[in-house]
Amino acid sequence: MSLIPDNLFGIHTRALELWQRRSEVLASNLANADTPGYLARDVDFRKALSAAGSGTGNLPLQTDASGQIGGSAAQAGAPLEYRVPTQPSMDGNTVDEQVEQAAFAANGVHYQASLSFITAQIHMLRNAITGA
Amino acid sequence: MSAFSIFNVAGSGMAAQSLRLNTVASNLANADSVASTPAAAYRSREPLFAAVQRGLDGQGGDAGATGVQVLGVTQSNAAIPSRYEPGNPMANADGYVFASNVNPVDELVNMISASRSYQNDVDVMNTTKQLMVKTLDLGK
Repeated sequence: MSLIPDNLFGIHTRALELWQRRSEVLASNLANADTPGYLARDVDFRKALSAAGSGTGNLPLQTDASGQIGGSAAQAGAPLEYRVPTQPSMDGNTVDEQVEQAAFAANGVHYQASLSFITAQIHMLRNAITGA
Repeated sequence: MSAFSIFNVAGSGMAAQSLRLNTVASNLANADSVASTPAAAYRSREPLFAAVQRGLDGQGGDAGATGVQVLGVTQSNAAIPSRYEPGNPMANADGYVFASNVNPVDELVNMISASRSYQNDVDVMNTTKQLMVKTLDLGK
């Protein structure tokens, strides 16, 4: 019988995957900052994390086939949502570079926070093992 | 592998923006080019960006990561200005030369916009790289 639980790092591994996923979406927004008609998207973190915590082992942020936008059951747990533009441009692009930059920076800090939690957990276990 | 798709996305953005910078450079370089006919005159060029709807990882399942592609380079339809310069060796029979329809102000604005977007992509790549290195160092 193992004394170490399976979800050793608790919610943090899930959170880490979500932060990473979100940074991917934000990177896409920034890369498409000058693409006409591109609609900026973001992950609703609260919904995504509660969906992840509700336990279908796989992280439910994954979408099915590309080019499908919403509607399917497989996307129920993948709350990619469109950003409401504060100042939409004439070519239909809704990316606000400042907003995306800020979100990306904050996302990186959150990612590092999750990393620190996991590192602390590892240190705690190591202390318990070595007794040091 | 999703962390690497960020590099692909940011890389596609950088490639597109550098192509845009290239067109700006050739437009500005040819701003004063003249030709003997309106058809031969230099027309301002601009790239056409579009979002890549398929996943960049080739699996097609990754709707979150959307790169940029350059669909092509379009040429401006603005009127070609003609100037009366009988002394110009390029002048036609009536003494007119046809200049380019490049608007230098447009090009400079394009240049600033392209370089800002390029910087954003570089920042994204740097941050992602740092985070990946930190993830590799996990537990040390």
